[in-house]
Amino acid sequence: MSVRHALLALLSEGPKYGFQLREEFEARTGEVWPLNVGQVYTTLQRLERDGLVESDGSAREGPQKTFRITAEGGRELVAWLRTPPDLATPPRDELVMKVLVAVRVPGTDVHEVIQVHRRHLVELMQQWTRIKESEVSESASDLSLALVVDAELFRLDSVIRWLDAADGRIKRTTAAADEPGANAAPRENAAPGENAAPEIPLLRRRARTNRSGINRKQTETGNSMNLQETQ
Amino acid sequence: MSVLELRHVSRVYGQGAAEVHALDDISLSVDAGSMVAVMGPSGSGKSTLLTIAGSLEEPSDGEVCIDGASLKTMSRNAKAQLRRRMIGFVFQDFNLLPGLTAAENVALPLELDGLAARRARAQGLKALDELGLGQRAGNFPDQLSGGERQRVAIARAVVGNRRLLLADEPSGALDSANGEAVMRLIHAACKRGVAAVVVTHDAQLASWADRVVFLRDGKVTDQTAKPVGPESLLGGVQ
Repeated sequence: MSVRHALLALLSEGPKYGFQLREEFEARTGEVWPLNVGQVYTTLQRLERDGLVESDGSAREGPQKTFRITAEGGRELVAWLRTPPDLATPPRDELVMKVLVAVRVPGTDVHEVIQVHRRHLVELMQQWTRIKESEVSESASDLSLALVVDAELFRLDSVIRWLDAADGRIKRTTAAADEPGANAAPRENAAPGENAAPEIPLLRRRARTNRSGINRKQTETGNSMNLQETQ
Repeated sequence: MSVLELRHVSRVYGQGAAEVHALDDISLSVDAGSMVAVMGPSGSGKSTLLTIAGSLEEPSDGEVCIDGASLKTMSRNAKAQLRRRMIGFVFQDFNLLPGLTAAENVALPLELDGLAARRARAQGLKALDELGLGQRAGNFPDQLSGGERQRVAIARAVVGNRRLLLADEPSGALDSANGEAVMRLIHAACKRGVAAVVVTHDAQLASWADRVVFLRDGKVTDQTAKPVGPESLLGGVQ
């Protein structure tokens, strides 16, 4: 979350003082991202140092000091709006890691592990939907909250869809490995009689892969779940 | 008060080696005014659960009670009457009769139940009005958008004093705005005292429910806890 650019956006509407910026920031983001006033002033100082905002001088230090955006700040804001965030580098997603580990730890019921996380995510989605149901109307004043809640619901939904897909894939792979005549050699540390866990690609370090090395197609699709090394 | 209660319900198809347990010892209770979502992958038994809850299919074992009355001892005629008076169905593909207007589609279950055509139509119009479709009452289904058709289907499912609404992927064919509108309507019906069961594989849809039940290979494997209020999220995310 770029507080820096959010403040520039608020100042693009006209001069404002610090406390007012904090109030407006929280109101515009549906109070989902709280911001302390110290963070506002530190960010304003840096913006002023960089020539992106200017204040009304040192005469009135404190909460009544007014800030306004500079022409350079305006250009920075316009450029930021159109700069894609970094979705090309897969995040080291903790949930993905947990599922990958669950598949390899002997004696682990992977479906049960997946279900624990699925239920938790659905419970979170229920809470966001309650907010949508009780606090979001179609009025313009609720637009920001509606957009933030939708974004969170779609994000959580995509994680659940990945869990569903992973659950199905693990089930199919395990079933194929269990079929008579299947070429499934037991792993070294598998307990006797334990179902052979599906083989998954090993996570290799991303050495030699700099950002420019990530293939174009992956960048375009923004595939954040692909943890395999790009060649 | 439970409007729908499934007690140790099982459903087996086929025999011997070909035996398939579509449902395996399911117990589920849905109170008046609450919405339960049933989630699970394809083939987990979601749709079978819905058809058994709606008395369209008999369980191989166990008992289904609607408004306290067991379906086990009920005649076919009594079950048909119960469906007409108590249960509304909503499907993904709307299932409206193309030769009838929106109002006539909504009034149809009341007329089939013996209500005079004029009174049935008045109730149908009222149900459409409540869903913001009063102006479209005279339109035929092919003159309505997908979202409008599903709203007509919901009006038909709750018209009269129906107590139980059973929905199978009700927003599956709709875009997200219309899908949300459909879930808001089902939720509003629950607030008026209807009990609803929505089966779906869509978490966004399921998240409207008071309780989400997870089905896998015909068994209930898990369910959500009672949802906490929104205050736990607002102002709590950094």
